[in-house]
Amino acid sequence: MSLHVENLALYYQTLRGDVKALERATFTVADGEIMGLAGESGCGKTTLGNGLILLTPPMKFIEGCVKLDGVELPIWDMERMMPFRYKEISLIPQYAMSAMNPTRKTGKMISELLESRGVSYKDTLPELKRRLDLVELSHDVLNMYPIELSGGMKQRMVMVLSTLLNPSLLIADEITSALDVSTQRAVAKMLVEFRDRGFVKSVILITHDMSILYQIADSILVMYAGILAEKASTEVIIKSPRHPYTKLLISSLPEVGVKYSEKKLTGIPGSPPQLLDPPTGCRFRDRCPVAFDKCLEAPPFIELEKDHFVACWKEF
Amino acid sequence: MLKLDNISKVYKVGTFGGKELQAVSNVSFDINKGEVVSLIGESGSGKSTIGKMILRLTSISSGAIMVDGVDISTLKKGELRGYYRKVQGVFQDPFSSYNPIFKADRVFSILRDELFPEVNGSEWQDRVNKSLEAVGLNPDIVLNKYPHQLSGGQLQRLLIARALLLDINLLVADELISMLDASTRIDVLNLLADLKSRGLSVLFITHDLSLGYYISEKAVILYRGCVAEMGATEKLFGNPLHPYTKMLLNSVPRLDKKWEAEAVELETEAQAKQSEFTGGCVYYGRCPIADKELGCDRCRPALLEVDCDHFVACFRYGDGFGGVATP
Amino acid sequence: MIEQKLKKKNEFVYFALRNKKLQIGLTVVLFFLVLTFIGPLLTQNEPFAYVNPGGAEPPSSEYWFGTTFFGQDVFAQFGRGLRATFLVGLIGGGLATLIGVVIGFTAGYRGGLVDEILNLVTNIVLVIPTLAVLLIVAAYLEVRTIFTECLFIGLTAWPWAARAIRAQTFSLRTREFVDLAKLSGMKDRKIIFKEIAPNMMSYLFMTFILQFGGAILIAATLDFIGLGPTDAISLGLMMQVAVLWGALQLGFWWWFIPPGFAIMAIVGSLYIMNVGLDEVFNPKLREM
Repeated sequence: MSLHVENLALYYQTLRGDVKALERATFTVADGEIMGLAGESGCGKTTLGNGLILLTPPMKFIEGCVKLDGVELPIWDMERMMPFRYKEISLIPQYAMSAMNPTRKTGKMISELLESRGVSYKDTLPELKRRLDLVELSHDVLNMYPIELSGGMKQRMVMVLSTLLNPSLLIADEITSALDVSTQRAVAKMLVEFRDRGFVKSVILITHDMSILYQIADSILVMYAGILAEKASTEVIIKSPRHPYTKLLISSLPEVGVKYSEKKLTGIPGSPPQLLDPPTGCRFRDRCPVAFDKCLEAPPFIELEKDHFVACWKEF
Repeated sequence: MLKLDNISKVYKVGTFGGKELQAVSNVSFDINKGEVVSLIGESGSGKSTIGKMILRLTSISSGAIMVDGVDISTLKKGELRGYYRKVQGVFQDPFSSYNPIFKADRVFSILRDELFPEVNGSEWQDRVNKSLEAVGLNPDIVLNKYPHQLSGGQLQRLLIARALLLDINLLVADELISMLDASTRIDVLNLLADLKSRGLSVLFITHDLSLGYYISEKAVILYRGCVAEMGATEKLFGNPLHPYTKMLLNSVPRLDKKWEAEAVELETEAQAKQSEFTGGCVYYGRCPIADKELGCDRCRPALLEVDCDHFVACFRYGDGFGGVATP
Repeated sequence: MIEQKLKKKNEFVYFALRNKKLQIGLTVVLFFLVLTFIGPLLTQNEPFAYVNPGGAEPPSSEYWFGTTFFGQDVFAQFGRGLRATFLVGLIGGGLATLIGVVIGFTAGYRGGLVDEILNLVTNIVLVIPTLAVLLIVAAYLEVRTIFTECLFIGLTAWPWAARAIRAQTFSLRTREFVDLAKLSGMKDRKIIFKEIAPNMMSYLFMTFILQFGGAILIAATLDFIGLGPTDAISLGLMMQVAVLWGALQLGFWWWFIPPGFAIMAIVGSLYIMNVGLDEVFNPKLREM
């Protein structure tokens, strides 16, 4: 499978005008790739993730083309996207754990979901049980209410549910954020296992936690203020980034082994621009230590080396 | 300066309060002047409860908390004001910490009305400005704004500035930066570390080990309300002894090395349902080196000093004696 | 900075003025309110005066709403009746809201034993068969004024408000700004009034409107079955007398339809206003 996004722009409609949440997004996710979509809050990663599968108001489709396995996805049309959702492209939304209906036993919820897609619950049950074993959940959870499960268990449950029909592309939105360290690791590894066993072909993992991405992602796409800043393989992004924002971001992350008294880390002064009326040119230039006059013009997202894309004039 | 002596907190749960939930069990540690101590634990470890007990937002079920030699549970309502001039807290969600219908700097005026009514207008304004500058904020930018007009980082700094106005001795920072963006986190963290030089002690409550390592001299690792291991940060992280600490360090995602291939022991459904322990070490169900011979399932190990400034609560260390049998 | 404060207030006013439900509801209620004031001025007839020797007559140019069985001017009664209705809504509803607020806040904020006790009280009052009690009270009080009716309604209609406010207070009390206020040394009562209540202003407002409408409805019911005030005229009383004197069988529709319709219109509009207000105050419910 492959996902190809070309020049995608999505805005949010608000009373005061359109918030330019995502612009000029062009990238590709290859078959079997786990791509991390990283950035801080407000950078547009959730917009991109949700827009690909569930473009609801106040989100507005402006322009762009999304192709999954060569077939164009009509993401602006909720009805026409129905056959793709859950079967070709699936989503684990943010706060999925609390998204389960508290008045339904999980088994009943799954059967209702499957029936709504025209898939028989009885036929899928053996496969479902196999997958529950894989994520170390006993079959009894199907008879439990969500409130009886712990956070980690709910997250694993949602993961199994979202991938039950073997979608080509899975979009996982902050699935490790609210979890304990040990569960986080288990869930992240589970994601890799799902990919390795072919339950999903490729994954877009949206998170702000770069260290999780270092552990399991094949490539990382860094976003800033609605624009793609850099995309490369994980090693390259973490060890030798080229975009000034990526460099500053990586160097501001504390590590076990780094002490304040020995090496004081620095953050990035200032804050991201308001996207209601974003600045012209490069959106990072106000906080960028190496900005110069050319930055008044928006830099294109260009492949500098094989599979390494950067949007920065300084690097061209 | 702050001493926790055998603190416990029990909640009554269930219909008519029949069952008990032991949120904190026999925790003891202390914080010296100008020291940053990290209280590290995952959800359910009781770390926030300890913070709330120190701030007297929750009652203490048993044990004593001594601040400068005074048992704070003996303080009456009237004396609490004096206590809050010495001890303050900052919480996790910056947007929940402000009343959304009022301006952000109302937190300062509340402080003045309650604790400094005698200070006149312009002098108070001076103090506020000095506090703001001490935390790296520009008074012209942050004053007179509503909370939703400021960023999370600014709001948290504003809260630290508020605490500084009181010339406090101890700041309880409960997951202070976990809701902030990566690029602002480190600045707020650095700010806390800088304040140490003013003689401020900080109890840094977090679930993130790398943050704990970065900023603190001592660390206390909590699991299900009990102290698993505690001591100087380098000793703790350089040579972890308790199996839980080892598991934490292995599971934390790092930027310099990948996870090892071995599986991690996860909480089962049975353990998730359990809300009380019948005795025995709290980590017994998940412990890879548990041993019935040593009594891991019957007694709770006491916290023993196995090395200078390094304490562990595990029967594998300390010669197997010192276990505390629980009723 | 003044612009920002104005902007926030303006945001509410902006949505309020554009909300259809609010517009319709408010128009209807205001119409009747205006009628309350100018209605009695439009006719010289006293409500109880026997002005028409012909007895019951359908509406005409002289008697806009016709006359009753006894020859009284229905419109004159209507105008006065409206006044009583609004009064009951205001005082009865207001009293119920006040009691509900005090109990709700206290129970929600304190929790624990205080909460349990107040809950008990609330549940008891909720369960009391108000009709039976009123019958007993009526047997003892030979003369009942409108204010007695207001008092009775106020003392029995508050449990719903108390419950709703308690729930809201519960959720607000766990927010961290309340903790912060405690850490500043603020006393509990001050926290309730200065931190929690202002956050619930829209909720309190809507509760009052619901109580207002509810009081009118209860009063109309009580009046209709004969437990209303003995010395006044209200819409419910009009309907009671009408039905008692055979208006239904004799076809005197002008006697009971105007008051019945007015009650329905006012209470219904109040409820519609409430739904509209909910949309105004809660941004998530607004249609873009």
